[in-house]
Amino acid sequence: MAQAANGTLYRGREGMWTWVAHRISGVLIFLFLFAHVLDTALVRVSPDAYNEVMSAYKNPVVGLAEAGLVAAVIFHALNGLRIIAVDFWAKGPRYQRQMFWAVAIGFVVLFAPFAIRHLTVVFTH
Amino acid sequence: MSATTSETNYHAGPDAVSAKTSRYRRVSKGRGNFELWSWVFMRGSGVLLLVLVFGHLFVNLMLGEGIHGVDFAFVAGKWASPFWQTWDLLMLWLAEVHGFNGVRTIINDYTEKDSTRWVLKGLLVASAVLVLVLGTLVIFTFDPCVDPSSTLSVCTGR
Repeated sequence: MAQAANGTLYRGREGMWTWVAHRISGVLIFLFLFAHVLDTALVRVSPDAYNEVMSAYKNPVVGLAEAGLVAAVIFHALNGLRIIAVDFWAKGPRYQRQMFWAVAIGFVVLFAPFAIRHLTVVFTH
Repeated sequence: MSATTSETNYHAGPDAVSAKTSRYRRVSKGRGNFELWSWVFMRGSGVLLLVLVFGHLFVNLMLGEGIHGVDFAFVAGKWASPFWQTWDLLMLWLAEVHGFNGVRTIINDYTEKDSTRWVLKGLLVASAVLVLVLGTLVIFTFDPCVDPSSTLSVCTGR
């Protein structure tokens, strides 16, 4: 294992755990995409069939799961930009930890307004 | 390593650069640059998907009535426009191929038995073909007036 003065260069800490989270969030989004294309395909069956399935998406429990899904999408997107920076920016590998914190801040900035808006719609309608 | 270079090189193909000049084998294994292009695709499609998916989420979940506004009439309104048809078609293909490639990598990383790997990849290919064919057909064959008694404005004018 590569060693630096203050421990490992990559394993553990921000570098490895964002890698793990990137995989988990990616698989989650991919599974949802499968379900989402099938539910949207119901528009070819009948308006009622589609509307009935969409009413499930308006249920509060599913509404919370949607917020979780959007959280996964935002993390995956921002961490994907971090990966691109690590790959293509000469100083990317050196600043990968700092960029993790940029991802964390960006996540809060994007997810907080979404969560407030979406959960208000889900719980007050 | 140097002790074996004068003997048979078990890995290098017939076109191999002499093992005496390099301890690394930079010969093609016959797969071309597939993994390089896969790596490039993940980054390129990722940037496009960031725009496409964030736009999709903003328009469908933040504007108007949010999730409560999403019903058949909402879909009919969006797909009346070639702009959103193109947006959704591009998003469908990029997201499915990006996800397919990501899961392919994960299967390659964690499966140990060939049989497990091929079963999982078979399921992956089948699901991706289903999603791409079905999704593409739905976008191109969508009919807002599939219900003859529809009261949507595009249908009552007929």
